[in-house]
Amino acid sequence: MALADTRFLPRERFQTLLDALIERGFRCVGPQVRDGAVVYDTVTRSSELPVGKHDMQGPGTYRLEDAGHERMFAWANGAQAIKPHLFPAREPLWSAERGGAGSIEFTPHSAAPEAVAFIGVRACDLAAMQIQDHVFLHGPYPDPGYAARSEALFFVAVNCSHPAATCFCAATGDGPAATHGYDLVLSELDNGFVLSAGTEAGNAVMAQLELDATTPAQTQAVVAQGEASISAQTRSLPSRDLRDALFNNLEHPRWDAVAERCLACGNCTMVCPTCFCHAETEEPTLDGHATTHLREWDSCFTTGHSYIHGLQVRADIRTRYRQWLTHKLGSWHDQFGRSGCVGCGRCISWCPVGIDITEEVAAITGD
Amino acid sequence: MKPVVAIHKFTSCDGCQLAFLNLGETLLELSELIDIVHFAEAGPVDPTAHADIAFIEGSVSTPDELARIQQIRAQTRFLVSVGACATSGGLQALRNGANMEEWIGAVYASPHYIETLDIATPIAEHVKVDLELWGCPVTSRQILAAVRDLLFGVTPAPAQDGVCMECKRQGQICVLVTKGAPCMGPVTRTGCGALCPSFGRDCYACFGPAQTTNCAALARRFEGLGLMPEAIARRFLFINSAAPAFAEAAQAAGGLTKARTPK
Amino acid sequence: MQHPYTPYAAEVVDRIQESRSVFTLRLRFCDPQVQARYRFAPGQFNMVYLYGVGEVAISIVSDPEDEQLLDHTIRAVGRVTRGLAELKPGDRLGIRGPFGRGWPLTAAEGSDVLLVTGGLGCAPLVSVINYIMRRRRRYGRLTVMQGVKHSDDLIFRGRLERWRNVPNTQLILAADQAAPLWPWHVGYVTELLGDIQIAPKHTHAMMCGPEGMMRVVIRELEQRALPDDAMFLSMERNMQCAVGHCGHCQYGGRFVCKDGPVFPYSEVKELFGVKGL
Repeated sequence: MALADTRFLPRERFQTLLDALIERGFRCVGPQVRDGAVVYDTVTRSSELPVGKHDMQGPGTYRLEDAGHERMFAWANGAQAIKPHLFPAREPLWSAERGGAGSIEFTPHSAAPEAVAFIGVRACDLAAMQIQDHVFLHGPYPDPGYAARSEALFFVAVNCSHPAATCFCAATGDGPAATHGYDLVLSELDNGFVLSAGTEAGNAVMAQLELDATTPAQTQAVVAQGEASISAQTRSLPSRDLRDALFNNLEHPRWDAVAERCLACGNCTMVCPTCFCHAETEEPTLDGHATTHLREWDSCFTTGHSYIHGLQVRADIRTRYRQWLTHKLGSWHDQFGRSGCVGCGRCISWCPVGIDITEEVAAITGD
Repeated sequence: MKPVVAIHKFTSCDGCQLAFLNLGETLLELSELIDIVHFAEAGPVDPTAHADIAFIEGSVSTPDELARIQQIRAQTRFLVSVGACATSGGLQALRNGANMEEWIGAVYASPHYIETLDIATPIAEHVKVDLELWGCPVTSRQILAAVRDLLFGVTPAPAQDGVCMECKRQGQICVLVTKGAPCMGPVTRTGCGALCPSFGRDCYACFGPAQTTNCAALARRFEGLGLMPEAIARRFLFINSAAPAFAEAAQAAGGLTKARTPK
Repeated sequence: MQHPYTPYAAEVVDRIQESRSVFTLRLRFCDPQVQARYRFAPGQFNMVYLYGVGEVAISIVSDPEDEQLLDHTIRAVGRVTRGLAELKPGDRLGIRGPFGRGWPLTAAEGSDVLLVTGGLGCAPLVSVINYIMRRRRRYGRLTVMQGVKHSDDLIFRGRLERWRNVPNTQLILAADQAAPLWPWHVGYVTELLGDIQIAPKHTHAMMCGPEGMMRVVIRELEQRALPDDAMFLSMERNMQCAVGHCGHCQYGGRFVCKDGPVFPYSEVKELFGVKGL
């Protein structure tokens, strides 16, 4: 079977895909509904997936509703996907112990690779993961924990068929169809899934399922669905490099206007799949004989982020929002050769006051 | 030598002292490290003892407390105010906008027995406070972290982030975005571990204002959710009504009578 | 490969009180192998870890050729540095490093060197002076300009006195406020820039201190026709990981920890002076 082969998995046989992965030693992590949103967690049964659910997203709002069909992936995204797995929100880096005569013994924490199969991830999340790979792995000091967790992953991507009103991945070029970075990719149709493999590992799983080839009608439906999910996107970002446009407008009055609305709560950065800032903290035992050095997600919106010896470089909300946006869409190009935005729209939906990055950019760059 | 510690109570519900008592076995471990000389709720009583560390629970609400806090400051090296009452004035500061004589007359059969100040104020209003631990009540975790840092000889790090940061780190689902609940998380100091949102309810700001807040923007959002001005003001006034950021937001919302805030 | 986040244990060999709030810790790694392979360049920094409390980024002051001891001159200003100030000889701490890009000392060979510092800014440049003094003939005129807030804040007095008497070396000191009998200028050190000789084609200027001070120096040197790529500044931002992962030290598109802390002015010119970056 060649990689480009497509096969059809009937809906009622979706469990066989999970079973095949579990049999190969993977823990499947997939979408499910919790507290009114789609979250990623361990799944063993296809019935645990968000069957028949659809998400309504807008600035500062997210609602799940019953869509009256049996599709499992007819929603755009939840607040998180792959990031918390590879870059946990809180993670011990090393610990230290006091020995005799005041000595200190340091022990690095090692993360054991775990075989995890991600089910139903989107093109935007795979693109975001590649950006985070760049941050944590592609330099003179690769992050050992991140590297270990990256080792044994398997990705079952889903081509997005139901982008939310907040999505703009078509504009950033990162979706809605997954083009790389997956082992298997699915397109969900009403009665099942069109599969193709992106790696030999994916191919092997697909072969094991003994599926029929897709029919021309199914292939046609996948193409039509893909086109529709591009044209359904109403938001957009300019596709050009915005670096100069943003840095030439550091004193634009719009920064003041957005600072009037911004809560500096950091939610946008917490849900952003590419934001990588983290702070280091220390947790000693009460008796002080041992201590653990941890890192946890930080944000350029926090008070401590720009602290140096008694002063804050960015003391007000205006400069913090400006830092976030000019970095994400501007200086990110200098650092990583592309924009830091994959168009997932999470920062719009999960902003408690509904600040819309696409609107702010348009106002500041005049696009 | 073990540092000498005193735990003093001012006007309060005693709930923050439970952060010590609830430690259980850890309290025994703690007593190996520090020497608690005054802790009336637990036993030892020596209110005038000199202390390396004094924890103060409660607000200054009576003439006696005005004098007592000066005395404690004079006999203390490192003074920590713990809990909403000690850091902002607490629930009892809700009376700061009222006519005290009328209220006392309405509540007590013999009002002449009641000696009280017109307003309830935080400890830092009266003496230099070396560290504030916010919360209603504070958690054992906050207390232990502060003690451990002091034992290491360093100033404890104040909690700086807002509740949203902790809420998202835990992977909780935002109740404001998914349910339209008037959650105070975006303007509230962390320290609780995002307790309320983790049970699906909205934060009510018992840890006081975060270091950076934009209360006006959150109040406008609450208005958009359909809250009336008085309801918005109540969100801000509830536990830490005299904290300046919240007092201003409540006044701006225009729902309630003007509260007197510390200078 | 070394775990990039984990420190090595080091011992405080000596502690020198430099001024009321400034002290120097002289350190040696506890593991002789770590000590033997440790190499750094002037201008680089270490993450210094206080047990149970946390790390701070501190520049290295000692001479790169001193294989015995590693010196860090520190102002007690935050929780970690105040805690470090309490350490005594024999105490242990953690060291991770060296990190970052240092001063362009090879490129500066054969030319004059102008060093301008403000406040504790002198610490990162002391290793430069040490380095040049050891190789004095490779460099032209050395001008050291140092400004302090108060004359009592002046540190390294003994060394300054020694350096003053080296041929072809000029020392200029200034204090915003001065004790009686202060023999130097009272006011900003930048006020004395007009008095010094600068050969624009043969000078490397290196500066360290508050950004406001460095702005004034750059303006003056620009007027004296010193090219942008002959001016070098040491930038300071919050640093927690020191390896470009944690995001705190970003300055435009650069990470101060790994792309700096020393930058040619030409690399940061576009943003230098904009508040809140």
